[in-house]
Amino acid sequence: MNKQPNKTSNRPFSETIIELFIRLCGISSIIFVFGIFFFVFKEGASFLFNGLNIWEFLTSEEWYPTSLNNKRYGTLALILGTFSVTTLAMLMAVPFGLGAAIFVSEFCSPKLRETFKIVIEFLAAIPSVVWGFIGLTLMNQLIILVFNAPIGLTMLNGSIMLALMSVPIIVSIAEDALKAVPDSYREAAEALGATKWQVIYRVLLPAAKNGLLAAVLLGAARSIGETMAVLMATGHSVNIPTSPLSWIRTLTATIAAELGEVARGGEHYQVLFIIGILLFTITFIVNLIADLVIKGIRQS
Amino acid sequence: MENKIEISDLKVNYGDKPALNGISFNIVQNEILGIIGPAQSGKTTLLKVINRTLEFTHGVTIQGSVKLDGVDISTIGDVYGLRKRIGMVLPLPVGLPLSIYDNVAFAPRTSGIRIKAELDEIVERCLKQAALWDEVKDRLNSLGTRLSGGQQQRLTIARALSHQPEILCLDEFSIAVDPITTMRIEEVLKTLKNEMTILLVTNLVQQAKRLADRTAFMLNGDLIEIDDTEVMFSDNPKQQSTFDYINGDFG
Repeated sequence: MNKQPNKTSNRPFSETIIELFIRLCGISSIIFVFGIFFFVFKEGASFLFNGLNIWEFLTSEEWYPTSLNNKRYGTLALILGTFSVTTLAMLMAVPFGLGAAIFVSEFCSPKLRETFKIVIEFLAAIPSVVWGFIGLTLMNQLIILVFNAPIGLTMLNGSIMLALMSVPIIVSIAEDALKAVPDSYREAAEALGATKWQVIYRVLLPAAKNGLLAAVLLGAARSIGETMAVLMATGHSVNIPTSPLSWIRTLTATIAAELGEVARGGEHYQVLFIIGILLFTITFIVNLIADLVIKGIRQS
Repeated sequence: MENKIEISDLKVNYGDKPALNGISFNIVQNEILGIIGPAQSGKTTLLKVINRTLEFTHGVTIQGSVKLDGVDISTIGDVYGLRKRIGMVLPLPVGLPLSIYDNVAFAPRTSGIRIKAELDEIVERCLKQAALWDEVKDRLNSLGTRLSGGQQQRLTIARALSHQPEILCLDEFSIAVDPITTMRIEEVLKTLKNEMTILLVTNLVQQAKRLADRTAFMLNGDLIEIDDTEVMFSDNPKQQSTFDYINGDFG
């Protein structure tokens, strides 16, 4: 008589425990994301649906949450602050980061490469408050000196700090992506008489484009989410940015600076949570665009 | 007959490990030279010395000289130009992650050809020469890496022909190709012989017998014997080990 193998009874008990544990780890990550979203949403929900003028919230530049007789909650300046400082940071970090990744992966001797990787990882491990400190002191005076500006705590200062923070992330992920391109591609292209640079931009960059895009987007995500360094380096002043020397304030810095001083459950408190929802939405959209772009690249 | 390549006392080491122990021979213009021998005998190393891709590898030392048309290749300043004179087909097909069209147009573009009509003509000619045109002519824009192994190998042959090389090096091209396609490519090689010199590294001794004018037998980094293919495959080549290898007694 044929016995049906019984999956569960034949398996050692330890197997079952390990599988259960790993399953829990996987599910917990989903639970945490939803949990955070639920909590942030719950704290801001009643004012969001009842009382807040959403149009004014997104398009007014007047952020006066503590005014005695006319409280105004316009976040346009904060949104523009976040976007401008991130964009400027990326304009600096992406060319530098990708360039450094190409150098480390294609031009370095193995010995130098190891040194570089250690230094870059060390750079990535510097806490953001230290960067903020450098922005507040060193970069502040440098900007005053170079641009003859009245004050050095500006969008430029913040974006340089953000760029310095994103570059290590971009370099290490982009370098991994380039290293993942099989050597046979390099050999084949070289055998066809391509120069080093032709091999890089005609073969390596197209072959590694998904990884490179991921590197850039993770760098950008780091910039958007960064709080401490921009709080310290950008001047933290509500202002529509007009030039890199404008002082600005970002969404994240506003939450960090004001949440400790508001009455729990009050209007201002809830608005700060609505800013949290806004940040959530922005990162969600950035991730969604990234997914769509990567899918698009794969299909073409 | 004129010598296309003259190799004298060529020694190659990977670190401490010798790969070629001082070999010397000539390759004649417009011949097909078959190079046979078991794995690790230095055949691929030899090809990489000729197109100067080996010398940039870490820890490699090369001694001796290789002359192309009487000029020592190590004195050629334009190494990229040198590589364009040599078509290289590697054992495992490497379709670059580009479209079929761009794969073949790669080398012409790197040498500065931009005119679409000219590129179209090169792509069509090379794909026809490599016996691939009929299978891919309707999907030139799909990825080269999506082709089957045998098709990718023919794509690499088309690519190697795209810069009209003087020498075509084939390194065990038939590993990933079915027998019928192999036969078709072999026919192509017989006609290409009129335009260029062909180096055919192969694990299939019978392939060397079918195609090569002369055959060289390499073993552990030494050149054991080089002679007319008929002599090599006869009952009495000069070396006993040649006879043994060809008749399947070892290797």
